[in-house]
Formats: sequence, structure tokens, C-alpha cells
Amino acid sequence: MLSSLAKTLASVRGVRHIHRSAAASSDALFSHVDTPENNVDTPFEFTPENLKRAKAIMSIYPDGHKKAAVIPLLDLAQRQVGNWLPISAMHAVASLLQMPRMRVYEVATFYTMFVRDPVGKYHVQVCTNTPCWLRGSDDIMAAVQEKLGIKTGETTKDGLFTLSEMECLGACVNAPMIQINDDYYEDLQVSDTQEILDTLAAGKKPKAGPRNGRFAAEPLGGLTSLTGPPPGPGFKVRDDL
Amino acid sequence: MLRIGVSRLLQHGSRHTAASAAAASAARAQSSAPEKIEVFIDDIPVMVPPGTTVLQAAAEAGVEIPRFCYHERLSVAGNCRMCLVEVEKSVKPVAACAMPVMKGWRIKTNSEMTRKAREGVMEFLLINHPLDCPICDQGGECDLQDQSMTFGSDRTRFLDTKRAVQDKNIGPLVKTIMTRCIHCTRCVRFATEIAGVEDLGTTGRGNDMQIGTYVEKMLMSELSGNVIDLCPVGALTSKPYAFTARPWEIRRTDSIDVMDAVGSNIVVNHRTGEVLRILPQVNEEINEEWLSDKSRFAYDGLKRQRLLYPMVKDSSGELRSCEWEDALIVAAKALKSADGSVAAIAGGLVDAESLVALKDLVNKLGGESTCTEEIFPDAGTGTDLRSSYLLNTKIVGVEEADLIVFIGTNPRYEAPLFNARVRKAWMYNELNAAIIGPKVDLTYDCEHLGDDPSIIGKLLNGSHPFSQRLNTAKRPMIVVGTSLLARPDGGVLYSQLLQLSQKLRSGCEGGAEWRVLNVLQRVASQVAALDLGYTPGVTDICNHPPKVLYLLGADEGAITRDQLPKDMLVIYQGHHGDRGAEMADVILPGAAYTEKTATYVNTEGRAQLTRAALVPPGMAREDWKIIRALSEIVGTKLPYDCLDDVRMRLTEISPNLTRYGEVEEANYFTQASALAQLVSGKQDTTPIDVPQKKLEDFYMTNSITRASPTMAKCIAAVRKEAANRYIE
Repeated sequence: MLSSLAKTLASVRGVRHIHRSAAASSDALFSHVDTPENNVDTPFEFTPENLKRAKAIMSIYPDGHKKAAVIPLLDLAQRQVGNWLPISAMHAVASLLQMPRMRVYEVATFYTMFVRDPVGKYHVQVCTNTPCWLRGSDDIMAAVQEKLGIKTGETTKDGLFTLSEMECLGACVNAPMIQINDDYYEDLQVSDTQEILDTLAAGKKPKAGPRNGRFAAEPLGGLTSLTGPPPGPGFKVRDDL
Repeated sequence: MLRIGVSRLLQHGSRHTAASAAAASAARAQSSAPEKIEVFIDDIPVMVPPGTTVLQAAAEAGVEIPRFCYHERLSVAGNCRMCLVEVEKSVKPVAACAMPVMKGWRIKTNSEMTRKAREGVMEFLLINHPLDCPICDQGGECDLQDQSMTFGSDRTRFLDTKRAVQDKNIGPLVKTIMTRCIHCTRCVRFATEIAGVEDLGTTGRGNDMQIGTYVEKMLMSELSGNVIDLCPVGALTSKPYAFTARPWEIRRTDSIDVMDAVGSNIVVNHRTGEVLRILPQVNEEINEEWLSDKSRFAYDGLKRQRLLYPMVKDSSGELRSCEWEDALIVAAKALKSADGSVAAIAGGLVDAESLVALKDLVNKLGGESTCTEEIFPDAGTGTDLRSSYLLNTKIVGVEEADLIVFIGTNPRYEAPLFNARVRKAWMYNELNAAIIGPKVDLTYDCEHLGDDPSIIGKLLNGSHPFSQRLNTAKRPMIVVGTSLLARPDGGVLYSQLLQLSQKLRSGCEGGAEWRVLNVLQRVASQVAALDLGYTPGVTDICNHPPKVLYLLGADEGAITRDQLPKDMLVIYQGHHGDRGAEMADVILPGAAYTEKTATYVNTEGRAQLTRAALVPPGMAREDWKIIRALSEIVGTKLPYDCLDDVRMRLTEISPNLTRYGEVEEANYFTQASALAQLVSGKQDTTPIDVPQKKLEDFYMTNSITRASPTMAKCIAAVRKEAANRYIE
């Protein structure tokens, strides 16, 4: 995305020295449109164990402020449905918290992690912000698109994968990365990406985390600091003190 | 729902007790001795109580700070940033609407920093605002237009594409062009706080934020039209008024609304003999600055179904239009030959001047029964004592009350602005509400005590569980609906209520100054008619049918032609061809409330003047003049020739009728209650009911609204919404 922008900018260089940016708009709609999958009749009811969880979440908040539980409850509903939040689930949360539906819609539309349209079993979210882009996220994106045969925002025919382009997911040190449902897959090569998608398609769970052998965000070639045991009290303190 | 109050917090459990007790004592300390602090607005010193915002302090000094999102009657949002001003020694400009002043602050509302801040904010606001002023209905009365002229830059630096927002369909009254929205959230706050309908909100965020309902649904409120006035830009405009006129082409006439008995103050906007729209006018004691949808949008009914010519029934039984002279002669002949067997019925939209003229005429001719369509019990003192049929605490009195009990009324639709006041008191004061009657949604928590009429008796003898709360209330209010009093056993129930109110009054903290009993009238003419000595209800006429019946705007079908003898002559005087004109033999076309300068007395007993904005259409004339002319032909000339003479006559009967704008206090509860004890009768067991239960019952209640296409559209839209699954 950014590379195409860079090209555009290069082509106008020398023509006019005015900074212009693309309109920063989301592709999501902020008003509800009934679809066969997502409408007021979409069946949703909290399962008994989730209802118990919901009550536990609500008990954290004092009386009169129960509606503060709207975010965790929406998240619970989204997890129950599987990666997305039908409007009937918002209604269920509203009636559980006894708050007007509009107030729930406001919260659900504000947070981008509440997905209001149906997605596949695996929601593949590719980060394309600057650090990932510099580290080759365009290749990762192309690999995913080729592997799944879908473009950004689409779902595969078997309903397994949905591909989304994400803003920074906060794992820049491990760029490039993709997030699939709750797991981060980091330090990716094109081959890693293909392997991850193959494993998921086979019904197995690939190993989450960095793919280049390091642990979390540690340096690749071993530790460069904190290599010895931690010094005790009095370290580097003047003798006369 | 949101409700603010200290004791509300106390109910939330012990962990909050300490904090809220501290808050309560702080509030008390503040109310006992608010020590004023001095601030300087552009070097003008002003003394303001602590907690005053910069914007309010500036208003005190006579300096107006530009704003979009701030509104005196709504909560502070502070999101438009237009009110940024410089405060000396502050590195950044502050938002005047949300910042409380501190002692000795020097606020500069016209400094370089302030001007640059405003210009910057204006530039941001205009980034996504379409410059479609030429086709925008707000043009000429648009805050954004005015303020960008005053405070904005004269050129743009913005070269990108503007965003577009999908328009919403929120019903037949409010037109939305959401691309114009600047996200001030006034409409959201109005719907949430004042209308009590939490259907509007902000969805999305950042550049994608928009105001709307998220799902497609109508804004189901009887006060929805007010968002049009609140909207500082052209995002929410009036659908019926769309593309009609520019504000500078309009003539404005201050007047009074007659759609309900509240008597809201209005401004009739008209041009070339046509009412173009009706806007509210501020009156803190009545409607604040709101107006109900019926009052605001029923004006198109004034153009339809009007009676334009006098009409007389010919030999074939068909009404034919004729000259005034012919119609008046037919009417006069009948009145003369009736030999005193004359009666009159007045409807709900009639002014005091024509009421007094008609009563004088009937009495002069020897007739005794002058009635109103609206029924009121005559048991006990009946309507002899003024305090028995008024909203005695007045509308503002609600803000002092701590318990309100509605009996046989649905104030939300019978008097929407009274209900808005109750909601205000419920939200900000410690007012609790209860209702006896059908379970209806009043937009605030209201305890439903049941619909059994025997509850009133139980409250009187103290055997009802609610009696305890009623007795301990400091300033209780009992609001009685006139539909309850219209029941066959209305007299018995009313006498019980009179006694109950008197009992509560003697016990409550408010003392003799506090009036407990309130009657919520439904029609604009009733209080004036009762003041003038009209008999409520038409039973007298049904029992003793006169030879000539004079209907003055009586359109509610209190009496039908079948109930009357065949040879009776019915004269109808009024402005609409409705139920009354249907059964008439002679029709005398009168003027509607926008076409006459006339007196109306609202349910509080407050006399107010409507002013003629237009001339009556066709051959229609002002009502009192028709009666005066008729009296001359009959030969019993009424002793007044001009409006002043009629007003003199009104003053003679009841001086309060011409003390405009004031409420004449009435205080005969002790006597009324004593006489009420003598009332005995059979009490019905039929459950208490009200005629207006749902929103669709609200729109058509009189001859003007029945002729209004907009009101018909509203009813159709509300009925259609019944099938909308997104309505809770």
C-alpha cells in the first residue's frame, strides 16, 4: 500500500510541493445494513458457561455502573460467535446490561477489534505499517493472497480464512508479522507464511511467535546485554558511602 | 437511563456513602453561602459564583463567545472547540464552555491567540463540511455560516477530497443531510437528556465518526422537531419546510400554541398569507425553548379543509355556499323564533373573546345552557372554584416537587412540554413519579400503581401501601387527567382526590403555599370557558334539546346528529370542515388561531394572546365579530364594538382573563374539599384508561391536526415502525 503511495508521490514530485495524504477512512460501514448472515434474527444467546462468565464480569462493577462491562461482554460475545459480532449479540449485551441498544452500538463501532461483519474461522490480519513494510510485509501480503486466492477483505469459499490489512499491531521489533485470531506469527518469511496457512488449512495449530528462532523480542544473535548474573546491592557505589 | 442526584448515589451501596455525603455537604455549603469570585473578561471585571464556566462568565460581562456544541439546556460536551479563548498565563487556549473560572483569571476573548485558535478550529470544521449553502435549508440562519464569516479564514488550504456520509431516515419530520454534520452531538444529547429516547448516537470514530441511529429506525419522540432548532448546521432540517423559504423572506408573528392546554409560546413564520413554519419562543415558565411536534408541524392543516364561505342547507338538504347576509339572516331567524330555546357548545380551540360573545348572545336570547365539549364533574363545588380546575402548582412548580402522582392521564402526549419539565425535575432534582392508570412510557421511571379506581379511595383512607410515601413527601403533586373526570363516576373520584390533596397539603412541608391538586387540561379553550361560566359537558343539552344549537368549533363529536331532534337547527361556527360542520344546517366560517388576535388561558390559568399573522381565508371572519354581527341581526345587539370592548367585558367577568402572561393564583382548596365530603355516588370498577396511550394517538387530536397531511404521515410512519424489529 505504502509503496504504491510512494510511487504516486514520486510521480508528482516537482509538479507541486503540497503534501497530500489519502483520506484516512475505514472500509467498514458505520451504519448497520441487514444481510442474510447478520440481522436482528441472527440467533445469538450466551451459552450457560458464558452467561456465568458474563455475570462474573458484571460483578466487578458496582451497582449503577454495570454498563461499564459493555466492552468485556461484547468481547465475550464475539469470542462465542467466533471472531465477529452479529447485531443480535449486541442486543443480547444491551438487554443483559439494561442499557439502550444505541449505547452498545456506539461502543461496538468505536473499537476496530469488534468485527461487525462475518469472517472466516481464521481471521488473517497482515500488518502493513511502516516497520513491517520496510521488512517486507508487501511480500507477506502477496504470499497470503496467492495462497488463499483472495484479496484483502475477502473470505475464502470454504469459509476458513478472511484476509484483512491491519494498522500497527504493536510487534514492530518482530516485523513483519501477521495476527491470526489471537496469535501473533512474527519474523516471517514468505515460506513461513505459506507453512502457517497450510497447517491451519490442515486443521492443526501452527507454532505462534517468532519464526527465526529467537525468543520473543530478544536479539537474534544471542543476548548483547544482561549476559551475566545481576549485580547485587552496592554495585558501582562509592566505597566511602 | 441517566439520572443525576445525590441520594441516587446513596442507594448504590455503602461504599459510596462517604463520598456522596461529602458531596452533599459540599452542595449544601455552596447553596448556603456562594462566595463570588472576581474574573476579568477583556479587562471587564465580573463577580461570578464559583463553578461558573468561562463562557457563562463572559456572557455575564456581555461578551458572547462563539460555540457550536455548547447549549444552556444540555450537558456540556466540549467537543467542537469553537469556544477556545486565551486565559492569561495559560500556555494553551482553553475551552470556555467546559472550564470553570478561577479567582482573578484574565480572559481574553479577542486576543491574537484566541482569534488564531478560532480560525484554526473553523478550518478543521470546514474540512469535511460541504459548501452547499445555496441548496441548504439552514442558509441564512446557520451558525456555521455566520461564525465562519465572522471568525473563519477567507481562503482554504484544503485540497483533498471531502468525506461523504449516508443520510439517515429518522421519520417524516426531520430531514437529515449527514454530510453537513459537524458532530456537535447536540441532537444526541437532546434525545438522551430531554426527549428521553436514546436512539441517536455517534458511531465509528475519527474521520469515520457519524451521528445516527446505526440501525434504520425512526426517532420515535413527540419532541423530535426540536433537534432541527438545535442543529447549528443544516444536517437536521425540517422535512415539511424543505426548500420553502429563506429566513430573510419570512415575516414573524409571536403567538400562542393551541394544540394542547400548555399554551407554548410560538413564533408563526409566514409569507404571502401562508404559514410556512412554526418555531418555539423562549418562555421559561411554560415551554422553555422546546415545542411539541404537533404544535410545530400541524400548520399545514391550516390550509386544508377550511370553511371559506358561509353555507346554508337548501331544501334538498345540501349545504350551499352563500353570502354572509343570507347565512346570518337564516341563523338570526331561527334564533329569534326559538324563543329562548337556544344552547351553545364550545370546542377546544375557541378563544375567550368568542366564548364570552357567544355566552352573552345565548343568555340575551333567553338560553341558559352554554356548554363545553370537554367534561368536568359538577359534583361538590364543580367548576365554581377556580382552583378545582387549574394546574395549581404551575408548570415551574414541578421543579420544586419531590413526588408526583399522575391519575388518569398520560402527560407525555396530553402535554408533552409539561412532561419534559417533569423529566427535567426527575433527572436533576429528586422527583419521583407514580401513575394510576394504564401502564404508559413517560420517558422516566414511573411507578405503576395499577389502573383500579379504588386505589384513589385507598390512598385517601391510608390503606394503600403507597400512602406512606405520599404522606412523607415534602412537596407532593397530584396531577389529574380530564379523561378520568369524564368518567360517569368522575365526580366521586374527583371529590376523593380533592380531599386527598387537602389532607396531603396540611401535612406537607410546603404548607399552605404549596398546592397539591393539579388538573391537566387537554384543550386550549377549557380554562377560559370555565372562567366565563360555561357548563362542562353536554348532558344538559342531550336531556333538554333546544330548538337551535350553536356549535362554536365543537368538533370532537360530544354530541351527534342522531341524538338531536330532527327539527332542530344546528349552527356551526368554526374554521375547519370537520365533525361539527358535518351536522350543521348553517355554517359561519371563522378564523383559526393564527388568524386572530385572541385570548387563550392555559391549564395553569395563565392568559396569553395569540396574534393575527394572516387574514382568515376566503370570507371567513374573526369569531367574536361574527357573533356580534349575528346579535345585531337577531335584535339583541351585544354591547361591544371593538376588541377592547370585548376585553373590557372579559375583565368584568374575570379580571385574570386579560392579565396577560400572569397566573392568577387560586386557593380555595379547603372549601372545595369540605364540600367534596358531601359527594356520594356509585363508584365504577372499570379500570382507569387514557385516550392517548401510544405515539400514534398523539398526532391527531383536533380539527386542525385531523386536516394536516404531515400529522397523517407521522401516524402512518409510526404504525409502520411497529413492524421494525430494531425498535425495542
